[in-house]
Amino acid sequence: MTYAIEIRDLKKRYDGGFEALKGVDLCVEKGDFFALLGPNGAGKSTTIGILCSLVNKSSGQVSIFGTDIDQDFAKAKKHLGVVPQEFNFNVFETVFNVVVTQAGFYGISRSVAEARAEKYLKQLGLWSKKDAQSRMLSGGMKRRLMIARALIHEPDVLILDEPTAGVDIELRRSMWEFIKKLNEQGTTIILTTHYLEEAEQLCRNIAIISAGEIVENTSVKALLKTLNQETFILDLDNPVPTDWSIEGFNVSIGQDGASLEVDVMKGQSINLVFRALDAMSINVVSMRNKSNRLEELFVKLIKG
Amino acid sequence: MKNSEIWIAFYTILVREIRRYTRIWPQTLLPPAITMTLYFAIFGNLIGERIGEMGGFSYMQYIVPGLIMMSVITNSYSNVSSSFFSAKFQHSVQELLVSPTPNWVILLGYTLGGVSRGLCVGLTVTLLSLFFTHMALESLFLTIIVVCLTSVMFALGGFVNAIYARSFDDVSIVPTFILTPLTYLGGVFYSIDLLPDFWQSVSMLNPVLYMVNAFRYGVLGVSDINVYWALVIVCVFIVVLFSFSLRLLNQGKGIRS
Repeated sequence: MTYAIEIRDLKKRYDGGFEALKGVDLCVEKGDFFALLGPNGAGKSTTIGILCSLVNKSSGQVSIFGTDIDQDFAKAKKHLGVVPQEFNFNVFETVFNVVVTQAGFYGISRSVAEARAEKYLKQLGLWSKKDAQSRMLSGGMKRRLMIARALIHEPDVLILDEPTAGVDIELRRSMWEFIKKLNEQGTTIILTTHYLEEAEQLCRNIAIISAGEIVENTSVKALLKTLNQETFILDLDNPVPTDWSIEGFNVSIGQDGASLEVDVMKGQSINLVFRALDAMSINVVSMRNKSNRLEELFVKLIKG
Repeated sequence: MKNSEIWIAFYTILVREIRRYTRIWPQTLLPPAITMTLYFAIFGNLIGERIGEMGGFSYMQYIVPGLIMMSVITNSYSNVSSSFFSAKFQHSVQELLVSPTPNWVILLGYTLGGVSRGLCVGLTVTLLSLFFTHMALESLFLTIIVVCLTSVMFALGGFVNAIYARSFDDVSIVPTFILTPLTYLGGVFYSIDLLPDFWQSVSMLNPVLYMVNAFRYGVLGVSDINVYWALVIVCVFIVVLFSFSLRLLNQGKGIRS
């Protein structure tokens, strides 16, 4: 089977002796929406840097769409589009030139590049800014510009390194809608993010890297199934007395008396809680998770 | 990459480089024109008239080829060093590194970008010099060959400087403390025949002397050194600097972790 990305025993030791990657094995299937998560300094950016040739690997094998980067990196790079964490375009160039120039680096003719630039700048809401110097754009626009630039050679794999850092909620949502559409059209998406709810909502598969090693690599669904306990917050229509309990559940009452925190263990049904509350004539008006489920697992895995 | 794609990538880098220095022409093209006009007016006209002839030509005619070469050398060098270092500093060099553009194309694109600025300024200075003196032309072919090769050599030097530079100070150190003294002592303003034997021998170690004299030979037909040796030296420097720069790029020195 040919993977979109196939990494075998990848190691990276920096000049100062720091071992950033200690033998990473990772496969991303074609068409996947894949999350690579990990705390700061875990090795995410090093892994991505090696994939897009900004970091030299110490050892190991990396293939992009079946092309080994040691055999033909130029061919492998054509499959890859990268949206880095930091703005890295020439801030004195116009928006249009940033995108069209990047196409030139991929050997794409000017006429094709201009047509594609128009298409992607329009899709990302930047067409009205095409003649503006890129330094004049807002933070969110700069991020979208980097996405347009990464797509100009229509790559099979798009790597997004913290693309929504510092982006407001509305823009983040529209960005994800755009990326989801790309994925539906067949582009493999690899995402790193600190917003774990994004990874939970968007990604099918996930790998968690910690201290240069992959500590988990599975589907998001399978990972969430490993949760032993979830805490739900139930908002009530009226405050309730404090001297009561529900058998089999740990229930605590919020400071305002009008909300409950209920711990539900794996295998338990939350229906029992509702039945008990109903019997006591306590009405629940809304319910939510106390914390992001993936976040709980993430912290657990990282702590090891 | 196919040949046609390589050509597009090269052309893109070259056009981007040309667009960069023409966009900021008050910083790149205007200052050398003003500086050289002052040189012509002060050294050529005012002081030159008191100096008299040098090498059988008026002092003004003698220094014009040297001043043209000085501007070509300085601008070829500084264009590449500042442009590539800025790309490193802004991380925009990553746009190229993530692309399939081969390293030799990157090097060639930046080098010829520097050469184009060097030649552009050289041509401007040449045209300005015509307001002050009559210019003879001994050999058009040799003149063009020498100026182009010298420009390539110093553009490559600028690239090496940019690769090693870690701050904007590092980019200005070499032109200020090495390039300018070598150029001023490279026979731009005088013939080394005027120097004592010892300093003549020392001057022969200065590569800029060969280029200035070879260019002067192309224009005026006079030189302190053997012109063919000058061409050999420039070609050797170009081969060495190109190979070295390419090696640094392949290693990712200063641009890859």
